[in-house]
Amino acid sequence: MALSGLDIYKLLPKTNCKACGFPTCLAFAMQLAKKAVSIDACPSVSKETKAALEAAAQPPIRLVSVGRPEKPLDMGNETVLFRHEEKFRNPCGLGFVIDDSLSDDEITVRVQKINQLKFERVGQELQVNAVAVKQTGNAERFVEAVRLVGARTQLAIVLMSQDAQALAGALPLLKDTKPVVFSVTGASVDSLLPAIAPFKPAVVVSASDLQGVAALTQQLTRQGIQDILLDTGAKPCAQKLWDLTQIRRLALRKSERSLGFPSIVVVDEQDPAAEALQAATYILKYAGLVLVRSIENWQSYALLTLRQNIYSDPQKPLQIEPKLYEIGTVTRESPVLVTTNFSLSYYTVLGEVEASKIPVYILSVDTEGMSVLTAWAAEKFTPERITQTLQKMAVRDKAQKSALVIPGYVAVMSGDLEDQSKWDIIVGPKEASGIPAFLKTLGHGKANR
Amino acid sequence: MAIEALLEKWQGKINSVTIGATAAEGGTRTHTVTVGGQTALPFLFKEGALPNKPVIAFEIWDCAPDDWPPELATVYRADWSHPLEWAARCVKEYKAGLLSVRLQGLHPDCGNKKPEEAAEFVRALLKKTGVPLIITGCGDDDKDNIALPLCSEAAKGQRCLFGSALQDNYKTLTAAVLADGHSLIAESPIDINIAKQLNILISDMGLSPARLVINPTIGPLGYGLEYAYSIMERCRLAALAGDTMVAMPFICFVGQESWKIKEARASIREFPQWGPEKERGIIWEAMTAAALIQAGADILVMRHPVAAQKVREYIDSLCS
Repeated sequence: MALSGLDIYKLLPKTNCKACGFPTCLAFAMQLAKKAVSIDACPSVSKETKAALEAAAQPPIRLVSVGRPEKPLDMGNETVLFRHEEKFRNPCGLGFVIDDSLSDDEITVRVQKINQLKFERVGQELQVNAVAVKQTGNAERFVEAVRLVGARTQLAIVLMSQDAQALAGALPLLKDTKPVVFSVTGASVDSLLPAIAPFKPAVVVSASDLQGVAALTQQLTRQGIQDILLDTGAKPCAQKLWDLTQIRRLALRKSERSLGFPSIVVVDEQDPAAEALQAATYILKYAGLVLVRSIENWQSYALLTLRQNIYSDPQKPLQIEPKLYEIGTVTRESPVLVTTNFSLSYYTVLGEVEASKIPVYILSVDTEGMSVLTAWAAEKFTPERITQTLQKMAVRDKAQKSALVIPGYVAVMSGDLEDQSKWDIIVGPKEASGIPAFLKTLGHGKANR
Repeated sequence: MAIEALLEKWQGKINSVTIGATAAEGGTRTHTVTVGGQTALPFLFKEGALPNKPVIAFEIWDCAPDDWPPELATVYRADWSHPLEWAARCVKEYKAGLLSVRLQGLHPDCGNKKPEEAAEFVRALLKKTGVPLIITGCGDDDKDNIALPLCSEAAKGQRCLFGSALQDNYKTLTAAVLADGHSLIAESPIDINIAKQLNILISDMGLSPARLVINPTIGPLGYGLEYAYSIMERCRLAALAGDTMVAMPFICFVGQESWKIKEARASIREFPQWGPEKERGIIWEAMTAAALIQAGADILVMRHPVAAQKVREYIDSLCS
């Protein structure tokens, strides 16, 4: 919780010694509240005051970064319960559990498959984030499995083991990455910490209730471990939802420091579709990292798409640069398809145009990121705007003999647009999925004028 | 220091809406379906009453669909030319407890059936199956305004859920359901203010808010899902905070939206990275439904029987 200038003033020595460069302690306090100066400028500040200020400056949910420093998985630093209140910040990580009981070959194949779970969507690369190695037998096998995985992936690594010997063997293998240790419990914390702390991994604390989780985070922070993830154990989905909601609420609304860390959830479902739906629930409701088992492309693609949706900024839709895009080997006769600069509109049109293999120009009009119908209703996608864009982008210089194709949903503007722009207007299909068939008929000169 | 759960104390309550009337209630349905009644956010059982689970309605048409993708055609094609059999199969084989019939055959582009034929179909459907019905028009306002009142009359006393009333076309349908004892879907374009305004306009005509269901209009996963998700969350929060004019259950046409898009239709040959189209289409519909359930959806209108089954299991797992 941020402190006000007056709150801070009460903590200062109130001597007005001016050593900080400000005429009074109050003036200095005001600058501190604005974060314009550092408390270090005060020569006589007490240790307690410094600690209080530092605590107040921390985000309510700590940012925990794991994995390779050049491509970290950032979790936490969330500030709201509902995305419309502001936005969700750090997209929930998606990771995959691999048992160390699999053969070396099986492990290798799985890791390779996981590495390739990458998708391009709306101009963004979507990728999975972590591989979790789970100990099922002796320490030697675990260490060997971690060695195999560590050498084969750039993703973050989660060590699922409660065995001090196994962890002490595995952690030195992962020096150039920050792994996650899953997990310490009330029973194991004292024996595990000495073995793992020197390697500075992020540590998951596991307890069946929030009380137990909070006690563990307090113990860890006292020992200087700050990079913590919270786990409330295997439970039915609705109970998990309750825990995750409470953790987020208490951290944000009650400034409950002992719960101010990202959460991790392991989904335990045999059926890949059921597993995906549960994982989706935790992506929506407050997990920082979700671990699943199934490595089907369709499952990951759906989950990563959901994450992309939910973590998009509600105030700022994904936009592309408004301009004339040339798709394929265009000529002066290639049609000009006009759409908005809302990423989803543009990329949906682009996908269909590419599938049709027919060269076209796509003119993206600046609609401030609104979709076709929304922009039309808000008067951001009007004959005037389209005409201006045609002129500004000098579209006629390139598409000298082309017609202009407008989305079917705004057919009503075709007359006005024709008058204003002096272009021949053709009304295209309502849905982008109709574009390939439409372009084919257009090529044969059969489209409706 | 003890950690105590932080409980929300909501003032508001979502209206309960019952679809279907049994013989005892003047209809011929074998059972009824009730949604709504919540005094808490989805599945936060410790915080309030959640008396009714979200329900799935199977979508059927009164004519053979021309734009359903191959995967759905594989499942249903055999019955497409016999919509009554299609309906019976959803009930018998897929255990549908609720059917949502779209009278698409009325549409000038889809057969242009006479309004009387649509009403006749509704009558036949009510004879064919005993499950409660959701009945929606073809989307052509002129046609719907003639046909839906006839259908409403044909189903008088069966307490169906009729749709959809729109901001610029709500009076005819509202009058019809008011007269015949049905409930009404009020549809707004992903806009909480229009949703509320429309509910007020309809209530002003004398239809009780307790007979309204909101269709917030949804986008499927990857295509604007987040807009509907946030509108529904905002709407539900406002309702729980006490705004009675948005305190209606939600209906979401999940199947209709999900199966329109590329991810649910394109073959694995076109997009090897996306995985096999069957599983992909099913998960696309199911995950769209699951996400909306988390935002407060009460009725999910779905198409693929496997997707519906996965979502049913998902709901049960959340309520167990």
